[in-house]
Amino acid sequence: MIGLLAHTPDDLAAGNFSHSVSWSAIAPALILMLGGILLLVIVSVFRGKLSSGFFTAWTVIVAGGAIAAAIPLWHDVQEDGARSEMAGSVGLDGFSLFVTGVICISVIFAALFLDGYLRREKLEGPEWYVLLLLSAAGGVTMASANDLLVLFVGLEILSIAVYILAAMHSRRVTSQEAGLKYFVLGAFSSAFLLYGIAFVYGGTGTTNLVSINIFLADNVITQNGLLLAGLALLLVGFGFKIAAVPFHLWTPDVYQGAPTPVVTYMAGGVKVAAFAGMIRVFVVTFGPTYVNEWRPMVYALAVLSLVVGALMAIVQTNVKRMLAFSSISHAGFILLGVLASSDQGTAAALFYLLVYTFMVAGSFGVATLIGRTGDGRQNLGDYRGLGRSRPGLALTFTVFLLAQAGVPLTGGFMAKLYVIGAIVESGMTVLALIAMLSAVISAFLYLRIVVSMYFEASTDSADSEEPAELSGPPVRIPKLAGLALGLALVAVLALGIVPGPATRVAGDATAELVPEVEVPQ
Amino acid sequence: MELVWLIPALPLLAFLILIPFGRKLSDPGAGWFATLLVGGSFAVSAAVYLELMSRPADDRVVHQVLFTWIPAGDFSVDIGFLADPVSITMALFITGIGALIHMYSVGYMKGDPKYSKFFTYLSLFVASMLVLVLADNLLLTFLGWEGVGACSYLLISFWFNEEANATAGKKAFVTNRIGDFGFMVGTFLLWMTIGTINYVDIPERLGGITELTATAIVLLFFLGATGKSAQLPLFVWLPDAMAGPTPVSALIHAATMVTSGIFLLTRLEPLLFQAPIAGEVIAWVGLATALVAALAAVAQNDIKKVLAYSTISQLGYMFLALGSGAIVAGMYHMITHAFFKALLFLGSGSIIRSMSHEQDMRLYGRLRKYLPITSITFILGWLAIAGIPPFSGFWSKDEVLAAAYSSENLGVLKWGIGILVALLTAFYMTRLVIMTFFGPKENWRDPEKLEEIGVASSFDDSDPSADAEAHHLEPSHTPKESPWTMTVPLVVLATLATVAGILNLPFADRFKSLEIWLEPVLTHSHEAPVATTLFILAGVAIVAAVLGVIAAYFVYQKQKIPAERIEKPALVHALYINDTYAEVVAGPGTAVFQGIADFDATMVDGAVNGVAKVTTDAGNGLKPLQSGLVRTYALTLSAGAVLLLGYVVMRMSF
Repeated sequence: MIGLLAHTPDDLAAGNFSHSVSWSAIAPALILMLGGILLLVIVSVFRGKLSSGFFTAWTVIVAGGAIAAAIPLWHDVQEDGARSEMAGSVGLDGFSLFVTGVICISVIFAALFLDGYLRREKLEGPEWYVLLLLSAAGGVTMASANDLLVLFVGLEILSIAVYILAAMHSRRVTSQEAGLKYFVLGAFSSAFLLYGIAFVYGGTGTTNLVSINIFLADNVITQNGLLLAGLALLLVGFGFKIAAVPFHLWTPDVYQGAPTPVVTYMAGGVKVAAFAGMIRVFVVTFGPTYVNEWRPMVYALAVLSLVVGALMAIVQTNVKRMLAFSSISHAGFILLGVLASSDQGTAAALFYLLVYTFMVAGSFGVATLIGRTGDGRQNLGDYRGLGRSRPGLALTFTVFLLAQAGVPLTGGFMAKLYVIGAIVESGMTVLALIAMLSAVISAFLYLRIVVSMYFEASTDSADSEEPAELSGPPVRIPKLAGLALGLALVAVLALGIVPGPATRVAGDATAELVPEVEVPQ
Repeated sequence: MELVWLIPALPLLAFLILIPFGRKLSDPGAGWFATLLVGGSFAVSAAVYLELMSRPADDRVVHQVLFTWIPAGDFSVDIGFLADPVSITMALFITGIGALIHMYSVGYMKGDPKYSKFFTYLSLFVASMLVLVLADNLLLTFLGWEGVGACSYLLISFWFNEEANATAGKKAFVTNRIGDFGFMVGTFLLWMTIGTINYVDIPERLGGITELTATAIVLLFFLGATGKSAQLPLFVWLPDAMAGPTPVSALIHAATMVTSGIFLLTRLEPLLFQAPIAGEVIAWVGLATALVAALAAVAQNDIKKVLAYSTISQLGYMFLALGSGAIVAGMYHMITHAFFKALLFLGSGSIIRSMSHEQDMRLYGRLRKYLPITSITFILGWLAIAGIPPFSGFWSKDEVLAAAYSSENLGVLKWGIGILVALLTAFYMTRLVIMTFFGPKENWRDPEKLEEIGVASSFDDSDPSADAEAHHLEPSHTPKESPWTMTVPLVVLATLATVAGILNLPFADRFKSLEIWLEPVLTHSHEAPVATTLFILAGVAIVAAVLGVIAAYFVYQKQKIPAERIEKPALVHALYINDTYAEVVAGPGTAVFQGIADFDATMVDGAVNGVAKVTTDAGNGLKPLQSGLVRTYALTLSAGAVLLLGYVVMRMSF
């Protein structure tokens, strides 16, 4: 058994690095990474000669290319099973490929919203897209990491780009504040994660997830304090990235301050990657043997996120903050899928992440447009009368909000149904009750936004027959943003009406830890 | 019959077409278009009904699966429709009354600037309601359930520039969400226990269910039902929902949506009989609601509020029947009630319209001669609800009371309270009729009274076609009868309210058409008391009804007893239940939310604004670091980490 292992510390000590590099296995990450770097090169060579539309097109094509590269790999994995590559540090399985796809989708949406946003705000373009692609490469690396150190490297590539993106709106003080806050706290949380990795290494003697998994199966360790402490610290790091309570405090501030198209990616792609890492470590690696040790901790985070996310969202007056808190409560729901610690739970979490990416892209996409020049009109009052002046946009937003509330026939309903189903299957009925209660409470928040779009009369014209007109300059919908909203709308509805295909794919996207098969020299 | 899907599809089509083209079709095109499609849906329902009738009794089921909605392994759910006697009965009266109310609205909403939007929502409501009743599984029913709730909310808030409507809409939303929670949890519990939520499969798999589980499931669904069907403790939203347009009150808040709770429990009838304690709870809650609401109805001055409380009270009767195990009686009363209550609401709409949208009955009086058709049809509805034979309400109410009498625990007491409610019903309805159509004088002619009551009380202040002064009743006002689009539905409904009793006459088994029709679907039948008992019970009920009518005659027509002695403040406020809720919500409830808001303002919200301000002032990008807020966040993060590690330490030391 040990002989089959990718590489053990002994191998490393003996300088046994005779592994072939399978470039095709990491093609999606490579495409994203090279696409980003190449864009930077092209921009420096043709400075000033490229239109901003080029950057968007490039980003969309690169992200699309990464998805395209993932498809043949997906078929390979489905036929021949999962495998490990790159000296056992990269796991190629349905799970990592599914997550790759979702991250790329999030990148595409962010790029489509960025296009109009940058023109409107009169900001310089290419760096935004470069950072976006690099960050996605980090996310994909993270999702397919079979080694805690690779996972950490992926996380940092993912995060550092986003720290900068959050601060990229050079004329908005809040944007820079958001970037700085995110950076300082993110670095802080990374330290916890790294510390956790060190503890796990201390407890098991390896950072390779496959080896850890085998180590735990072979050695009956009931009370390994070092390992447990390592898990707790890892949870802090992941908890920060997925914005689970009590590691969530940065979220509303950063979402509110950061440029809104960036938030679509931050709330979408970044969270997806973080959840992928979390599932890989907690469910797949530690799940079979250590589930009872980590479950109580994650349980606490899930309950807190569900409750606090729902309650805090209600009292907000800023729509971006509302959506931030609602994304916290979504994190609570996705944690249910993690907690189930079963194939069904993982599939439910993946399906939720897919739906969530569309919902969140759509919601923050609308917020991008409503923000108008300056990206500052984000109070509830700024949405008043939208139903009248922009009925299509209001209707689209309503669908996204209803989906987030979990109304039947939208993807959001299916997503909630699956995670609650998974948790019930695992016997945690109390948690299921809390989740349903949280869904009931947070429905009120979404209603508040809908009401202000359609019904609420502005205070000064309470007597008039007509509903209030939208205040401020008119809302313009750039073509690409409109396209993105349309796509998200179709996806959210389709996932609710015919969820079958997507759930099948999510069900096939199993995460496996397979040792690398050594090629005979 | 592959047509079943058309029943909900036609109103849905109306909805989908009215969204983009509603404005073009305008007034009255949009209204007639919606009426036509809902009428078409009625025709299809009738065709399916005839088809079912032509089959042998135990083969009267059409189960049509359109496609698999959720294909996940053992939790597979279809988009499928189940047309059987229960659901097609519901579909018939939903589409029938729905079409009539659409037609009525063509006249009632005339000139409203949001005319087409009104019909858009109304069609969506009918479609959702039909999905609710025709669904073959609980999840699809839930879809309809949420849909009707949303439409109800939209239509209550229809005139959204009015504070009252917005508040009422919110109240309906919140109470219904509480009910929805019961529905959701009930569905999950049922699925966990027996592994299916399909109505066809439920009866087969109930074998192993324990009484405790069955009780829990039924009570959870009953919680859902109390929300939608406005029962104690969640009834407070319905009187406020009367802020919406009158046709909406008639269709949604009297005839159809509020009966979905009854329908749900009827669908789960096999389960109901596994849970006798739950049945007992349902019966008593229904009875208590019936009594409280009837008492409240006695003291209301707003005509629509009387009818609203009356609806709650009659729904209580239906739950009493279900709880006593008499499913057929419950359905029977639901059908007759749908006829006469829709009639009464539409009649009140006709009155309100003719009285410049004044809803306070103290300003009515002697309207009979101005509104001949409205008054005659209304009087027929009154006789039906008051329980005077041979009008429909008498027969169905009698059956409910007989069921209560023959139920196992405290049957006589239940029957006695039921009779008291019947007396009160006759009393408040007679009061309404006298104050409106008869009475000593035409009260709006008195300028002082008009001044005192008039302006403040009218909240259905909505007629947009009229100019500003027409919003207020003038002493010189002459009421005019409504147009034919409004009176035709009144006549049709009055006919139905009069004769619908023949659906299920108690004289001999062969007259019990409804029972025979529904029987194949129900797993348990209810034993009616023997004929002589039945005869005596009916006699007492008639006496109670007549007493109620006579008492009201002396108080309000002859004015021998001052009305103030009956209309106590406690009754006006429905025993202060609503106010108690308001106090709880406004007191501790608000305190909690204020606490969250304050926490948010100081801990989080204040952060951004405060920092942004400091930063702008200082022009220093590094300022936020010094503000201490990032440190607070980092501290919280560390505290979380410490807690997790504390857990680890605890775990290690045990």
